Amino acid sequence: MAAPGPTHDGSRDREPPVIEGDYTFASVTDKISAIVLAGRSPRFWYVGFAVGFVLLQALLVSICYLLLRGVGIWGINSPVGWGFAIINFVWWIGIGHAGTLISAILLLLRQDWRTSINRFAEAMTLFAVACAGLFPLLHMGRPWFAYWMLPYPNTYGVWPQFRSPLVWDVFAVTTYATVSALFWFVGLIPDLATLRDRAERRFARFAYGILAMGWRGSAIHWHRYETAYLLMAGLATPLVVSVHTIVSFDFAMAIIPGWHTTIFPPYFVAGAIYAGFAMVLTLAIPVRRVYGLQDFITERHLRNMAKVMLATGLIVGYGYLMEYFVGWYGGGEYEMYMLNNRLTGPYATHYGLLLLLNIAIPQLLWSTRVRGSELALFLIAMCINVGMWLERFIIVVTSLHRDFLPSSWGMYAGTGWDWATLLGSIGLFLTLMFVFVRLLPMISIFEMRTLVAEEAKPAGGRQP
Amino acid sequence: MKGAALRGKGAAGRGAPERDVFGLLAELATPEQLLAASRATYAAGYRQLDAFSPAPIEGLAAAIGHPGRGRLAKTVLAGGLAGAAGGFLLQYWVAAVAYPLNVGGRPPGGWQSFIPVTFELTVLAATLAAVLGMLAWNRLPMPYHPVFNVERFKLASSDRVFLGVGSADPLFDLQATRDFLEGLDGVVGVYEVDY
Repeated sequence: MAAPGPTHDGSRDREPPVIEGDYTFASVTDKISAIVLAGRSPRFWYVGFAVGFVLLQALLVSICYLLLRGVGIWGINSPVGWGFAIINFVWWIGIGHAGTLISAILLLLRQDWRTSINRFAEAMTLFAVACAGLFPLLHMGRPWFAYWMLPYPNTYGVWPQFRSPLVWDVFAVTTYATVSALFWFVGLIPDLATLRDRAERRFARFAYGILAMGWRGSAIHWHRYETAYLLMAGLATPLVVSVHTIVSFDFAMAIIPGWHTTIFPPYFVAGAIYAGFAMVLTLAIPVRRVYGLQDFITERHLRNMAKVMLATGLIVGYGYLMEYFVGWYGGGEYEMYMLNNRLTGPYATHYGLLLLLNIAIPQLLWSTRVRGSELALFLIAMCINVGMWLERFIIVVTSLHRDFLPSSWGMYAGTGWDWATLLGSIGLFLTLMFVFVRLLPMISIFEMRTLVAEEAKPAGGRQP
Repeated sequence: MKGAALRGKGAAGRGAPERDVFGLLAELATPEQLLAASRATYAAGYRQLDAFSPAPIEGLAAAIGHPGRGRLAKTVLAGGLAGAAGGFLLQYWVAAVAYPLNVGGRPPGGWQSFIPVTFELTVLAATLAAVLGMLAWNRLPMPYHPVFNVERFKLASSDRVFLGVGSADPLFDLQATRDFLEGLDGVVGVYEVDY
């Protein structure tokens, strides 16, 4: 993309570059396409794929047994009728949001540093949404009737109830999945053409050729392409915010204490970006090492992502604080009990762990040294991944297990099948990511070429 | 970039010196040279032009005479409006006419509840319009194109840039156009594009 980026005067010298080393169109293309067209993958790939694939089998077994026996195999009961399924759904959708932010929002904000990570992040979004989409389907009592959620003319004369956030979710998640897939695929077309022209094996040429649809790099085509890409970025930006807002409405539009609060939409969206960037870092740090991509995914990228994580983490922390403030200020006894229960009740350890992982540990990111250390960033990102899952657990479970009527109170714990399905969904995600890394360029080649052209200009236009 | 209509078999017997070519393709070294060469070729009166590069180059489409008429943007707008209207009307019809339910005593046609789905369908329809519109206006998929017959052209997706002149251009002449292109700054080769 011909993104102008930061000014090319002296002020740019103070910032580290977005691409290091002396690259040309040819060498950038060589380096990235070599990962895909090479014969053998690094051992890390085989190990990672194996882990993901084994976990995927756990998912398949879990789904089969679920369809056979019903949702009773999970821990849900009265009063906690919504357990891991909704927690996992919100967790995965949240993770997906960082990819769209990097692809779309950073494009509109003309941030050059998005270029080397956006393909990878957008793929992560797509696979995260795929994992997320499983759970609303599976958690239905009769998943084979899932299509009843859609408005179609039927013999019963029945239509969906459009005032329900659960129906809004159907449209939001479907739209988000479709738009993410289209955005990702459109971004791939020129790179598929590159692979088509460079592949040695006949089947590879054929396959990439079909997908590239005959792209030939015509200037007229590029012009329309860039227009479409920019418009899609402009559409995806409000979409990201709206999707997680609608997901938050699943809770905010209910009446129980802890759920019925107006802070949920911004709190959820910030939390989503928080979790998402943590996942991008979790994946990017090992991948850049194993594939030697430090010149493209530079220290500056890691630092910027760490800063975004810190900022969104602070917003999430503000959300926690406001829950307490408003609960106390409003004086409602049920709200105050719920907040008290989180701190002192049966799930207090979970809540304590949540505060540690989500709020306390990420404060380390204030330190410049920590932001520059790959290991520290990786560990903090892992903490946030777990912490954000725990946050959804706390929201769902503490509000459901003790609401208005004490005689209805109960406890909830995930069963083995709950855990198997969660870990299995992680397996699905990993499998898809590793297949993606193997078959498609994980860094956008044509966008990196524009970066090379940009960096070359002040030096007097050295070119291939 | 358009090629002249193919002549029938009978033409060869009438002593026509040229065989059918789709056009000529000039390979250049840098995008800046391509931009300059395109402007020069356009200024010389050629109109059946196309330029090929592995990354988008600002100003190149305009240089070869395609300033862009905003057709795609209008397509996207139309798509978005269709999505919005369709989404809203669907919900209104379902909630007020086809299957009205008393949900918390709210009026059946209360538009406030319809906003989320309307918004989502707007974005969905606009995005589909953007993608399908871009592909349609670009006439893609088009797996075969005569420029692919040039052996060096496969570098157009890696690191080389090309300028093409179609034989349908009224000024096109195999030798004269070739000489003109070879005279441009930065040209490393001129190739004939077979059908």
